[in-house]
Amino acid sequence: MLMTNDDVKTPRDTGLRIKTEVKAPTGSPLPPSEGPDIVCRNVNLAYGDNHVLHDITMDMEDRRVTALIGPSGCGKSTLLRCLNRMNDLIDNVRTWGEIKVKGVDVNAASTDVIEIRRRVGMVFQKSNPFPKSIYENVVYGLRIAGINDKATLDEACERSLRGAALWDEAKDRLQENGLGLSGGQMQRLCIARAIAVEPEVILMDEPCSALDPIATLKIEELIYQLKEKYTIVIVTHNLQQAARVSDKTAFFWLGRLVEFGPTAEMFTAPKDKLTEDYITGRFG
Amino acid sequence: MGDLVKSLRRGEPMIWFTGSALGISILMIAGLIVVILVNGLSFFWPKPLEQVTLKDGSVFLGEITNREAIPNPGHPDHLQKQRILLRIGNRDLYGFDFKWLNEDEIAKREHPKDAYFVERREYGALIGVPVAVKQGERTLAADAAAARQALPGLIENAERDRHAVETIEKHQIGEINYRIEKARLEVLWLDLVARSEPGRDLSREREALAKTTAEQQALFQARTAELSTLMEKAGTTFVIFQSAEGGAKELRSLDIYRAYPANELTWLGRLGVYSGRLWEFVSGNPRESNTEGGIFPAIFGTVMMVILMCIVVVPLGVLAALYLREYAKQGALVRTVRIAVNNLAGVPSIVFGVFGLGFFVYFVGGGIDRLFFPEALPTPTFGTGGILWAALTLALLTVPVVIVASEEALAAVPRSMREASLAMGATKFQTILRVVLPAAAPGILTGLILAMARGAGEVAPLMLIGVVKLAPELPLDSFFPYMHLDRKFMHLGFHIYDVGFQSPNVEAAKPMVYTTTIFLLIIVVLLNLTAIIVRNKLREKYKTGAF
Repeated sequence: MLMTNDDVKTPRDTGLRIKTEVKAPTGSPLPPSEGPDIVCRNVNLAYGDNHVLHDITMDMEDRRVTALIGPSGCGKSTLLRCLNRMNDLIDNVRTWGEIKVKGVDVNAASTDVIEIRRRVGMVFQKSNPFPKSIYENVVYGLRIAGINDKATLDEACERSLRGAALWDEAKDRLQENGLGLSGGQMQRLCIARAIAVEPEVILMDEPCSALDPIATLKIEELIYQLKEKYTIVIVTHNLQQAARVSDKTAFFWLGRLVEFGPTAEMFTAPKDKLTEDYITGRFG
Repeated sequence: MGDLVKSLRRGEPMIWFTGSALGISILMIAGLIVVILVNGLSFFWPKPLEQVTLKDGSVFLGEITNREAIPNPGHPDHLQKQRILLRIGNRDLYGFDFKWLNEDEIAKREHPKDAYFVERREYGALIGVPVAVKQGERTLAADAAAARQALPGLIENAERDRHAVETIEKHQIGEINYRIEKARLEVLWLDLVARSEPGRDLSREREALAKTTAEQQALFQARTAELSTLMEKAGTTFVIFQSAEGGAKELRSLDIYRAYPANELTWLGRLGVYSGRLWEFVSGNPRESNTEGGIFPAIFGTVMMVILMCIVVVPLGVLAALYLREYAKQGALVRTVRIAVNNLAGVPSIVFGVFGLGFFVYFVGGGIDRLFFPEALPTPTFGTGGILWAALTLALLTVPVVIVASEEALAAVPRSMREASLAMGATKFQTILRVVLPAAAPGILTGLILAMARGAGEVAPLMLIGVVKLAPELPLDSFFPYMHLDRKFMHLGFHIYDVGFQSPNVEAAKPMVYTTTIFLLIIVVLLNLTAIIVRNKLREKYKTGAF
């Protein structure tokens, strides 16, 4: 949900209201975090002469959900795409600073970009299943890794679809085209595809922005389950969503990290005036 | 007045203009197709035979093929009187097949019941009355009634005998000739070896080849003898026909392909003649310098050449488009290349023909001959026009179309789909192979359809690089290596040109032009339909999301 100028009328106590909606994680309590999983140190990025990210320094913890929020064009998606080097696809991009995923320097010359992307899965804003069967969509990552053993693929397909809470809906139509699913199902299919290769980190770029509230709810519930196993970084425009799903939130503004802290703290007692104005709907 | 201005402003005249432009185009295309269909398909329908007696007493018997006003510029009777064109056949008797008769000179017109229309091996149609049948000195049927009764059986026998003769001539003797020729080339090869290695003893090989040749020669003699006995047996039956003005013609029964009493045929009988002729046209070999018989070799040559062309043009065009769109750094150079490719599509086809002759035939073909077939030189094997060179030249001619269509198809594959694949850890190559190409396949096939439509109808370049008026053998047969890409071939487009404009007997060949055109159109449509069905299947399979 994009905050428009009409939303400025939102009452001052929005932050409090949001707080009441933050649900406790369902199921077993979270296993203890093992410390930072992704380490960003002075990350900078420029498209040609256009300097978009300025000295971003933050750590994303293991098996926690980190939300990146901020107005459009603030650089949050760009930072997300730095983590699996998707920015390589764009001409004229320069990145400097250090990003480490589980101790591996993402931008080092010796690092294999294929390996990084295999360990850091990604779910996009627009669900983008391949025009193939549901089954082939899920096992795509395994197939490109050269795995063609039927039993392994079947097992991975079921595990991933269960992991993405899609198994019950899709188990009878695995050979049907993935594009025949509904919007929310397609997005969960994309999540299933991402977790089929057992990554360590899942990046989500506004995964619910094209979905209706029910489908959004399902994805959010899924995120709760997924963080038991994966480190999740999510970009969202929906502040309530950030409040609901994330453990830590980072607020970006004009390519700079303005505030980064535990979500509950951020939405109740923001330290920075900008953050407060943003989460209360003064601008954005 | 105000209404007119309003309607002008709303652009109503524009709707009329655009509508009429479309209407005119459709009318022209429909008119073309109707003209071709009417002229082509009516050709096989048996027409009645009319016996015309002129006032001076001369008699003509034949099919009326045309009627027109007599042009006589400057006189009052200009275009006032009519004349008819009679197909009188019997070229061996009269020296011409067609005769114009002025209607005001005609005394009597009738339809004789016993008149026969006979299709035979030489000299075009024979039109006359069968009066007797003899075998050698023996008379099998002495009067007209008996002769008519004997005719169907004779034609059946003739067909069987012709088939037997063809089996011996084409297949058995053809195979022997093939082996003798191979042995001859091997001897020449041994000569070359002997020259390069003077000390080597080749006598054993030479002996073996000489033995093979002798064996095949003996076989050849045996087959030839068999053939002449067969011809003696089959070729001694003659049917005697009497033409309208009383001349007699003895026709060997072996040469009769079809004979029917045109004025006595029932509706069903006509239909039988019609379908028989149509089938002969589709499946038979041409006769009488292509003005009679069938066009099967031309159909076969056209289809095979187009398929060969597709096999070459699709990989070539798609790979080129992949490089241009996916790998090349977009810039001035790529833009230039793209413009050049687009312009290549506009180069006159004859230029490609000349290029094909110079490059493929003389340079590549000549090189292949020097390297692999030196024993046959100076007779060229690949160094002369052939179906391979024709297919390659047409592939070159149509590759711009495929490149442009493929590039567009590749560009239309959504970026999100590529990103999904790359984010999964796929390499660019894997992404192209598994995601981009399948999604672009329908668009690529559209390019192929356009290429096929252009390639199948192209004649000019082929005339330089391998199309012939009459090819003795198909480019595909039962002798190793089965596909003879060096052979010359027949092509429907060239057949139309040849029959219509190079034929000694233009009036007789005219309907063949229409019928051949129909089959060229049918083949183009069939080839395109196949590609369209495949494309729609692919589209169904790879249709992109609902977003």
